[in-house]
Amino acid sequence: MNPREQIFDAVRNHLPAEKIDYPQIPVFQKTITELLPAFEERLLDAGATFFLPKDLREAQFLLEQQFGEASVICSATPDIKGNRDIRQVKNPHELADVDVGVIRARFGVAENGMVWLTEEDLVVNALGFLSQHLVILLKPTELVADMYDAYVKVSLEDTAYGCFMMGPSATADIGAVLVHGAQGARSLSVYLV
Amino acid sequence: MAAKRVDPAANAAAFIDQDDIHEPAHDRNLWAARMKRDAAAKAIPEWEDLRTIASLIKEHTLTHLDKYLEQFEANAIKRGAKVYWARDAAEHNQHVWNILNERKISSIIKSKSMLQEECGMTQFLETRGITVTESDLGERIQQLDNQPPSHIVMPAIHKTAADIAQIFSKAIGTDPNNTDPHYLNEAMRQDARKRFLEAGAGMTGANFAIAETGTFVVCTNEGNADIGAAVPRVHIASIGIEKILPKVEDLGVFIRLLSRSALGTLATQYTSHFSGPRKGGELHIIITDNGRSKRLGMDDFWHSLKCIRCGACMNTCPVYRRSGGLSYGATYSGPIGIILDPTFDESKYSELPYHSTLCGSCTEVCPVKIDISDQILRWRKVMAEKKFLPISRRLAFSAAGKIFERPNLFHGAETAASAALKITPHFLLYNRALNPWGRHRELPHFAKQTFREWFIQNKQQNQEDKQQP
Amino acid sequence: MLIKGGLLPALRMRVALFIPCYIDAIYPEAGIATYELLQRFGVEVDYPLHQTCCGQPMANEGDQANSAAAEKLFVENFSGYDYIVGPAGSCVKHVKQHFDAIPQTDEVKTVRANTWELVEFLHDVLRVKAFPWAYFRYKASLHNSCSAIRGLHIAQPSEHMAPYFNKSEHLLRMVEGLELVSLDRPDECCGFGGTFCVTDEAVSARMGLDRVHDYVRNEAEFIISPDMSCLMHQQGIARKAGIDLKFIHIAQVLNGGPF
Ligand code: SF4
Repeated sequence: MNPREQIFDAVRNHLPAEKIDYPQIPVFQKTITELLPAFEERLLDAGATFFLPKDLREAQFLLEQQFGEASVICSATPDIKGNRDIRQVKNPHELADVDVGVIRARFGVAENGMVWLTEEDLVVNALGFLSQHLVILLKPTELVADMYDAYVKVSLEDTAYGCFMMGPSATADIGAVLVHGAQGARSLSVYLV
Repeated sequence: MAAKRVDPAANAAAFIDQDDIHEPAHDRNLWAARMKRDAAAKAIPEWEDLRTIASLIKEHTLTHLDKYLEQFEANAIKRGAKVYWARDAAEHNQHVWNILNERKISSIIKSKSMLQEECGMTQFLETRGITVTESDLGERIQQLDNQPPSHIVMPAIHKTAADIAQIFSKAIGTDPNNTDPHYLNEAMRQDARKRFLEAGAGMTGANFAIAETGTFVVCTNEGNADIGAAVPRVHIASIGIEKILPKVEDLGVFIRLLSRSALGTLATQYTSHFSGPRKGGELHIIITDNGRSKRLGMDDFWHSLKCIRCGACMNTCPVYRRSGGLSYGATYSGPIGIILDPTFDESKYSELPYHSTLCGSCTEVCPVKIDISDQILRWRKVMAEKKFLPISRRLAFSAAGKIFERPNLFHGAETAASAALKITPHFLLYNRALNPWGRHRELPHFAKQTFREWFIQNKQQNQEDKQQP
Repeated sequence: MLIKGGLLPALRMRVALFIPCYIDAIYPEAGIATYELLQRFGVEVDYPLHQTCCGQPMANEGDQANSAAAEKLFVENFSGYDYIVGPAGSCVKHVKQHFDAIPQTDEVKTVRANTWELVEFLHDVLRVKAFPWAYFRYKASLHNSCSAIRGLHIAQPSEHMAPYFNKSEHLLRMVEGLELVSLDRPDECCGFGGTFCVTDEAVSARMGLDRVHDYVRNEAEFIISPDMSCLMHQQGIARKAGIDLKFIHIAQVLNGGPF
């Protein structure tokens, strides 16, 4: 017997006698009724900021204002122009010097301020993690109330990688003090547009 | 040769006695996490229902584990991952080594994985010339200080910022007197960055593995697992066989519970879902048993496999907060450690079940409703039966047992003082030479008259009158 | 016996008093108060003279062989009563929830089911509405033991998300003059833990000291508990640290003495 078969054998021999049924997951009463204000509030709790540009032109202007000193801006969405073409990136290492990464998220979660990003949205996954700062574009109508609704929408069958991102990178490993920008992005701005 | 028995009480005493800073800070910080957890839980009206559902989903999965493991494997392969099976730590480490060796990879970056910790993987790889860098800040601190993590979510929580400033100054040349967490974090960020870019492979663990899609989920606050998976070409994930959940929708329940229980935050900053290799990359999944299937067969203890490693039981444990996680001398510390560690080595960890007041707080916070406190008591029974009880303890109790058996002996002395000396309460007299009661406590004053004497003097006549019509 | 004014009709129930060993020898006044208090409510109280110990100390060590003797004797002493009432949460919890070193005959099961902790008994069985004789003019803090809270559920544990209740507090609020102060960590374990208090002395003492400091910070003068074993440990700590706090069993407060 190979190790795989031995493990299956051991598991089968040790299965508890009483079989437990898969539980009914009830539909819980939603506590959040106004999704957008809740989402905005949770973004701030998570250490993110948000902006409400009128249109994409204003968003582009806002980006330039917010990150006037950035030398490398790499956008994975056609809605915003950067100065590094992500479609030309062959190796994630090429993104090591990105100051600002711009990505359009599929949807946000009002319960906790998360945004959902897939490999298709990131184009190169590393953009979401090597960039010093992130700007996330999100349609303000693309919100779900909570994680139950969120997992109905993720469709994990269709993407090799998907991430719920909730604000910037954070740690409290030194003296239990919260610090942003541990390994991933130092800041995360959501443009609701 | 039997491993040396861990003495958590002595280790904890050393943790407390080192100074007036570490233990109070440790207690305060973890208690703060418990308070944040309470607030986060209170904000969800269905919190207790969620715990029940999570517990049932885990119990369902574990009682049908063979089926779900097969399903997970088939789907992961379909998605393009390469799946390996490891019966124990040695096989796990060998798989990792083979993958690295075949690709001539000499440096890896890893995120936190308790399973890899359990397997002693880092040491195994280092002796074979692989440079292993922990990317989680807390784990990195512990790695540089040559210590295992002391907490499963906050690996360096037993250290102060001043301790860390010392460690970083030696390792990466920071100012030893600058204890500002922002400064220290920034310095380590710069150092880690290089290592991420140099690494030939990124290693992660997994918080959950979804049978119906072959996906596994990794939760971090730093994003370090994602960098490790996104930058090097090779991603290796170590997954314990108990991590399986049947469906994607189950995550709605578990993600809501995990970080609220752990740190009182609504979720971790990053909840990442890996279903197959990323574009241009490789994904290797090592499904590992390492004692789990045996545990599944232990009637009294298999529920411990439901654990989602949130650390809530550690944060709330009053004994853990005063002891520091390293006192447990094992991969897992705190209440969950007490019930897991003996499954790896009963003799070495035979004292752990006694490092508890059985206050029961762990059982109440556990998001998957593991009966931790009852399992601790059941482990004591195992230890007592197997004669792992320290000899002094055994003697004290068999003497007490004899007295309790025979009321005449028990009441033989009719004065309070001698009753006290004989039996009451035996822990005051236990180990008299060292007198551990008296180091921090005055002895209670024994009454001039016991209740029994009072009763006989004042009430017994009454009682007899009543009983005889 | 009917008390003055007759709060309750004489109840026709046979009640046995279970006095754990440490109350017997160190805190007999808690036993006396319990005895008198039950009688005030017209309860017929017996005290089986051959009782010793419920077996908890050995059982908590995992020592089933030695707890069996104590458990057997406990059943012999307390069989046949409608209620067995003990002023000690941890001992009662042992009888009700563990107590498995001996075969579970019908007799054993009945004794276990009939065993009650004093606060529960007053609150749930006698449904007491007033203690007109009780007067206690102090600022006090309540210490419910972990066994009483998380074992017997005489109060809502702070970890569990459900509406608040606290049976000991409910009873104490009927006592005239008493001002209850709340704590920073209301139901944190004090570190007694039976044999733990000596085998894990350093941790136990630190937990006890933290608990005592919580009382001091919140300006309690008296600490009232349904479990004297926790208080014995806390009292020892407070005395050694030179902190002036008084520790007292809840029965003494509810009965108006003896103090
Ligand atoms: S035992 Fe429960 S509380 Fe403790 S780490 Fe595991 S899941 Fe969390």
